[in-house]
Amino acid sequence: MNFVMIGAGGIIGSLLRYSLGVLTNPWLSNGFPLGTLLANLIGCFILGWFTTGILRLKLFHPHILAGLGTGLVGSFTTFSTFSVETVLLLRSGSILMALIYVILSLSGGLFMSWYGYFLGLRMFKERGEAAS
Amino acid sequence: MMNLLLIAAGGCLGAIARFIISSRLNNKSQTGFPIGTLAVNLAGSFLLGWMTGQGLPESFYSLLGIGFMGAFTTFSTFKLENIQLREKKNHPVLIKYLLFSYAGGILLAFIGLMIGMM
Repeated sequence: MNFVMIGAGGIIGSLLRYSLGVLTNPWLSNGFPLGTLLANLIGCFILGWFTTGILRLKLFHPHILAGLGTGLVGSFTTFSTFSVETVLLLRSGSILMALIYVILSLSGGLFMSWYGYFLGLRMFKERGEAAS
Repeated sequence: MMNLLLIAAGGCLGAIARFIISSRLNNKSQTGFPIGTLAVNLAGSFLLGWMTGQGLPESFYSLLGIGFMGAFTTFSTFKLENIQLREKKNHPVLIKYLLFSYAGGILLAFIGLMIGMM
């Protein structure tokens, strides 16, 4: 059952990631991989919040939680595309853009993940106190 | 439409494959090093680099590249594990994890691309 939910999450996450890429493609004309960056940053925030908040509040069945966290958000974000895009930017001579991409992913991802983690923790504590 | 179906099929299988491999390997780690997530991210970076170098036809790329490899590797879990390591004050593992992921991922994507283009 876990596999089914994670597979379903993987379908939705992948389609959302692809759609975001198609949607943001015309926003920048300089070849900067904005779609992947946005998917990764949004996903970091959501997974941080989800893991410390929703997951521990046990609002849903564990299989649904695995489908949403591991399946959907895990597949929405991607590491392989990030690595390959960085290499392609470097090879095309866009050294500065590659550097900006890596720095924004590295620091932005850590910040978004931490911020989601923090908000989720706060929500968990507030809900926990309200229940007791 | 066909494209979306291929991405969906790849994403479904990629997510399940990641779950199986990363949870097995992460459980084996005794130092708290998330070796399973690192392994899928490094393997996926190499394979996607290789696919890009090969110049796969669009339908194959949608299924295997955007769908499977996109879902097989993950950025959000990697970052969340970074934060959890920091919360546990496990800085030696945190630094190694960041370094291996970024340097290893980019290097392996490059090697994959070169092999694919040969």
